[in-house]
Amino acid sequence: MLMNSKFGRFPAIQKGSIGSIMADERKVVIDEVELEVDGSMTLIQACEEAGIEIPRFCYHERLSIAGNCRMCLVEIVGGPPKPAASCAMQVRDLRPSPDGQPPVVKTNSPMVKKAREGVMEFLLINHPLDCPICDQGGECDLQDQAMAYGVDFSRFREAKRASDDLDLGPLVETHMTRCISCTRCVRFTTEVAGASQMGQTGRGEDSEITSYLGETLESNLQGNIIDLCPVGALTSKPYSFTARPWELSKTETIDVMDALGSNIRVDTKGREVMRIMPRNHDGINEEWISDKTRFVWDGLRRQRLDTPYVRENGKLRVATWAEALERAKSAITDKKIFGLVGDLVSVEATFALKQLIEGLGGSVECRLDQARLPSDNRSAYVGTASIADIDTAKTIYIIGSNPRNEAPTLNTRIRKAWLNGAEVKLIGEPCDLSYEYHHCGTGRKSLKDLIKSETSLAGDQESVVILGQGAIQDEDGLSVLSNVMELAEKTGSKFLNLHTVASRVGALDIGAVTNGELSTEIANADVIYNLGADEIELPERVFVIYQGSHGDRGAHNADIIFPAAAYTEENGIFVNTEGRAQLSSRANFAPGEAKENWAIFRALSEELSNNLPFDNLSQLRALLVGLYPNLEQIDEVPLNEWKPLKAGKMLERDFLNAIDNFYLTNPIARASSVMAELSAGAKARNNSKVAAE
Amino acid sequence: MLRRLHPDQPESFAFSPENQKWAEAQMTKYPEGREASAIIPLLWRAQEQEGWLSRPAIELVADMLNMAHIRALEVATFYFMFQLQPVGSAAHVQVCGTLSCMLCGAEDLIEVCKERISPTAHTVSKDGKLSWEEVECLGACANAPMAQIGKDYYEDLSSERFAELIEDLRNGSAPIPGPQNGRFSVEPAIGLTSLLEGEGAGSAVNKSVALAKKFKDTIKKIDGTEANLSVNWEKQ
Repeated sequence: MLMNSKFGRFPAIQKGSIGSIMADERKVVIDEVELEVDGSMTLIQACEEAGIEIPRFCYHERLSIAGNCRMCLVEIVGGPPKPAASCAMQVRDLRPSPDGQPPVVKTNSPMVKKAREGVMEFLLINHPLDCPICDQGGECDLQDQAMAYGVDFSRFREAKRASDDLDLGPLVETHMTRCISCTRCVRFTTEVAGASQMGQTGRGEDSEITSYLGETLESNLQGNIIDLCPVGALTSKPYSFTARPWELSKTETIDVMDALGSNIRVDTKGREVMRIMPRNHDGINEEWISDKTRFVWDGLRRQRLDTPYVRENGKLRVATWAEALERAKSAITDKKIFGLVGDLVSVEATFALKQLIEGLGGSVECRLDQARLPSDNRSAYVGTASIADIDTAKTIYIIGSNPRNEAPTLNTRIRKAWLNGAEVKLIGEPCDLSYEYHHCGTGRKSLKDLIKSETSLAGDQESVVILGQGAIQDEDGLSVLSNVMELAEKTGSKFLNLHTVASRVGALDIGAVTNGELSTEIANADVIYNLGADEIELPERVFVIYQGSHGDRGAHNADIIFPAAAYTEENGIFVNTEGRAQLSSRANFAPGEAKENWAIFRALSEELSNNLPFDNLSQLRALLVGLYPNLEQIDEVPLNEWKPLKAGKMLERDFLNAIDNFYLTNPIARASSVMAELSAGAKARNNSKVAAE
Repeated sequence: MLRRLHPDQPESFAFSPENQKWAEAQMTKYPEGREASAIIPLLWRAQEQEGWLSRPAIELVADMLNMAHIRALEVATFYFMFQLQPVGSAAHVQVCGTLSCMLCGAEDLIEVCKERISPTAHTVSKDGKLSWEEVECLGACANAPMAQIGKDYYEDLSSERFAELIEDLRNGSAPIPGPQNGRFSVEPAIGLTSLLEGEGAGSAVNKSVALAKKFKDTIKKIDGTEANLSVNWEKQ
């Protein structure tokens, strides 16, 4: 099935035009600095190479070039006697001077200054003077650049433009009077998110940025247009009027909402997380993050466990730490104990749990969704591909996954590869991925057929096989995994095991697995130590110690609750789906009596007179990296030796995706009212679509 | 002028069978995957058929061309030639109000429109038959003042003659286009002083008026049966 081309790729340019450009080094003089750059670079990029920042509003290096704000004007000596837009002109378009000297570009001549002042005056004509009540104040490109190029008066005596504010949904607030029509939001939603809902209608003074007939945005990446907007036209609705950028403490850390480990910055005021912003990481999330990553922070304030609880007469009651630890001790002593590793916990917490439980003769398990991942084969449970390999792939196989839900920012990479001419082949549930794909079937049989029919690509063209966790959660999961690896081997593809939970790869790296079946292990245990596992049903009769941050499913049927820090509240290592270890940092403190995870294990071990061999996090880390040296290679993707699995027999069944509700995958998201609203909105949209068909 | 879709929209839109064929033929002018290039001709034909562009028409054209609806709406709202509100069932009158015409009395013509059609532009008259608007220069300055009605130009207008034209249109007839003061085409008021011989000399009306008389499509709603479908570009 070939879906229609509404997603905006023009087939005529799909093949090879990007890679075939020969290196074409050109000399250019920019403000008396001579440098040699690739001829296909634009002047604004060349200026950046020369260390000169050109003011801009519409230009963005990850979006197409619009050239409509005119703020990036520069002077080209000997060129036409008018300033040129440096974002839209390539270095190779410059002519050398008659005597063969390299072309000269001036970025701070009187002509440039005058031109930019003129542009700024036009931009400010219709821009309201509401900086004091604007959420963008303090981090506004227009405000900053008006300091350099603006004048303190206006010659404009006519009526100002009026505009209607759009309703884009619960995330993006609009103040369209402030819009300068840079069209970054239109280009992002169309090109990167693949959702053609926004556009610029009308013309001239009456042109307006709109969504089609007032539709609210459907994309799960829409929050990025808030960052892209250079003025205060699009601001964050949940964050609105709560803080100013200069009063926020900014902590660079790692996201745990999916297994990508997107780089984020957590902004806090006092103890509260006020907002979450993306950081640039070319290897992972570029500079986008999903809406769940960005807007989940209100879930960090609700449903929090801020004090220990113990169950008495069938009811949970508040307890002191000493009391709770004492009870845990008596519950654990001489019992068969089993540990569960939840979805959002760091490697350190997993390691401390494993040390504690194994010291007590029990075992731990992290594959709570029953994904059949062999912990002794990193090429199977991580794969051999990095996320960035998707960019250059010419064929991408997706098996049993909807990456748009399981890893939205990874999906933008697949879309980018597709825009550059890659072919995407999917086996699994048909879904809207925001790009065209060949649907090669829905189940195991189609996978077998694909292995038979596919061959490796000619020459040095790369391909990637992406495996979703939904495909390997049935009892034949290992066989499916082996067959998928066989597909990768036969097609010469790199293999990416696309995980859905942040803790999984790190936990597998340190061997937090049991040899037995999860269900039998649980059935055989007397006591279950549940470290933040909320996506699993536990039997009534078993004694449960829950350690986690939120009063969610796991805490409801616990007998003892240890309140712990959430992901923004402790330092930790997370290993993402490509096997890249990253450090997350504490941005704020856990509420009330809640403690950091490792400290709780340390305290409990002391209670059990079986002290864990560390007294602080650095000792714990030293022990950890001593045992598992790959965790020391922060921000590196280690190469995994390819070890194929023995192919087993697969069932006759269709692949199901691992996630069916993107917005409610973990306890923090379920505590967030914004996520609940988004989830309800998505459900209502699906229902009305079904009704319309 | 803020251009948005009209609040009252019809339920649906469909091209007439001949127009559908014509539209599909237009799409073959462009390479596969680039059908979107045919957006303006298709929107224009939809307007020729209905008189104005409705939301279902824009969406139908977008779907035909594999475009997102918003992309088609962008085009439809950008160009003033696309009427986004209903027009008179008989005719839509476009009075040129730019310099030459204004100096020669376009403002009087607009007064006639206000009086005889509706007090405001882009508003259908009470009887539903006519509507009017002021447009920018239509390039007939030598015959100022002038108005375009349907597909043809009515030139050298006076208020009186223009009022008569409007009443004729209201009664369902399409007056003969061209200069309305007896001029042949754009010759000086005192008659030709040069080019006295040659093609066209001696004919009763100029060539464009002759064409209008031949096709009789001045205010006709185009349904595709007017001319045989020609797809010359496919021969190459």
